Amino acid sequence: MTAHFFEAEHLAYAYPAGPVAVRDVSLSIARASMTAIIGANGSGKSTLIRMLAGLLRPGSGRVVLDGVGLDKWQPRLRAREIAYLPQSTAAAFPFRVLELVLSGRTPHIPPFHLDAVADRERALQALESTGAAHLADRVITGLSGGERQMVILARALAQEPRLLLLDEPSSSLDLKHRAELMRTLARLREERGLAVVMVTHDLQLTGSVFDHIVALRAGEILAQGRPGEVLETGVLAEVYGEPKVRAQRMGGQTLVWVEA
Amino acid sequence: MSAAASEIAAPLRARLIRSLAILLVVLVVATAVGLAVGRQQINFAQLSSDPFARTLFLRLRLPRVLMGLLVGASLAVTGAALQALFRNPLADPFTLGVSGGGAVGASIAIAFGWTARVFGTPLLFLAAFGGAMLAVTMVRAISRTGALIVPGALLLAGVVVNLVSLAMVLTIQYVIDPDSALRILRWMMGSLDVVGLEPIGHMLLVLVPGWLALLAFSRQLHLMAIDEDTAATLGVNVSRCETAVHTLSSLIVGVAVAAGGAIGFVGLIVPHAVRLMFGEDLRIVLPGSLLLGGAFLILADALARTVLPAGELPVGAITGLLGGPAFLWLLRRRQSYAVM
Repeated sequence: MTAHFFEAEHLAYAYPAGPVAVRDVSLSIARASMTAIIGANGSGKSTLIRMLAGLLRPGSGRVVLDGVGLDKWQPRLRAREIAYLPQSTAAAFPFRVLELVLSGRTPHIPPFHLDAVADRERALQALESTGAAHLADRVITGLSGGERQMVILARALAQEPRLLLLDEPSSSLDLKHRAELMRTLARLREERGLAVVMVTHDLQLTGSVFDHIVALRAGEILAQGRPGEVLETGVLAEVYGEPKVRAQRMGGQTLVWVEA
Repeated sequence: MSAAASEIAAPLRARLIRSLAILLVVLVVATAVGLAVGRQQINFAQLSSDPFARTLFLRLRLPRVLMGLLVGASLAVTGAALQALFRNPLADPFTLGVSGGGAVGASIAIAFGWTARVFGTPLLFLAAFGGAMLAVTMVRAISRTGALIVPGALLLAGVVVNLVSLAMVLTIQYVIDPDSALRILRWMMGSLDVVGLEPIGHMLLVLVPGWLALLAFSRQLHLMAIDEDTAATLGVNVSRCETAVHTLSSLIVGVAVAAGGAIGFVGLIVPHAVRLMFGEDLRIVLPGSLLLGGAFLILADALARTVLPAGELPVGAITGLLGGPAFLWLLRRRQSYAVM
């Protein structure tokens, strides 16, 4: 039995004044799975994940959650199932960290109701699970990039989604924070059956943690499959248009480098 | 900092009740001061015995204080809403050109002598609403490239729309008859002068539903202030929220400007004062700005009425003198965020 609760069917998108950003992309996401979307800059990764998050209406094709088209879902109910982490959250106002994380509880609170004590507890738990509980009282504008990313992740977790979509979350993180992020995601997959879809440039990470890799080139899927199948010299050379890229499996890890 | 940190430790309900209770007391005190202060001393004994004092109080003093409350509350609450909507702490009805657009609409109504009412609402208000709506639509269209609002472009577009609006008002003033021109001039300077309670009633008819509708968007605006994409993935219908807040802001500001003229910076100072005192949550900032905005303009007007030995200062001059420096301070603070 396949447990694919979330599917993209023949997605395509073209920006009004630009070339086609995504064409004919189909994906299936199972419960407790981790999928990485890789590709060169401008290959349509962000456009694709924005369509998956319901932020961008597909030009054609559709996104299906539990057999129902995403546009048919009531926004608040959809928000209980899918959380999205933008590349960066610009902080225009000095919100408190706990306040930001509590905003993730919104889909679970009826309109015109204020957050209850239970919601605060859930928010604090989410902060703890990303190792950011000590930041609860801090102001978001005063945090480092890495700390901020952990807070935003906690916000998404407070939403208690089944599917977490992340758009290049590790780009502003150092090695320690990247490792922490991946550990947190892996743990949530085990504990809650969370499904993760992440746009990333971090090929080293994708090899060991993810179980499915989707490689995009010029808006199309060039290859998808297990890390061992996609993270391979020939495929990567084509994905990035870089003939000197090399990939090698070592134990459970994949090493990717570029020859001088 | 530590005071604000303990703010967040308390649940939102408790913070909301406490902050609104404090601001309500501030408003009541401000109203009492506004009613007590004036060229003519009026006390309670006179109100019951002296018919002249009573007339003065009911026809001039009370309406003027109520006018300050309504206009101040309106400008402040829309300022808070627009700041959240555009995620820009420098946004307010003036910096976004909404007031300017409302002023053009109102000038046209005054110039043509439109005194008719539609369902009890003066045509003047509707004209100001139309002008404000036009301005906000233009500013938004200019500052939007693709899916993004460019922060610098937003304020620049707003300021330019305001300048053009001012030029249009001046043009209208020069081509119409001297009588109407004088009325426009006096109104443009920003004054809360009003005779009798009837105009107040007309304003309430539009403003109270407008305020309530805007407050109903508090939670959506709170999420929008954090991040537009985040708000959308948390269940906010972003485009519907934007349209509603634009329309309601134009309506509220249109009426405030048609009635009170050019009173600047209330929408900027007041929401930030509420933020500094009670934190960033829009569910507190919006109703809090409504209360503090009313109190602030009543007090500013009390000052305007009494600061000169003879005659009075336009209240817009007082709010401008306070608001300009506040704007610059916020600009500096914002730049220090941008670095981080």
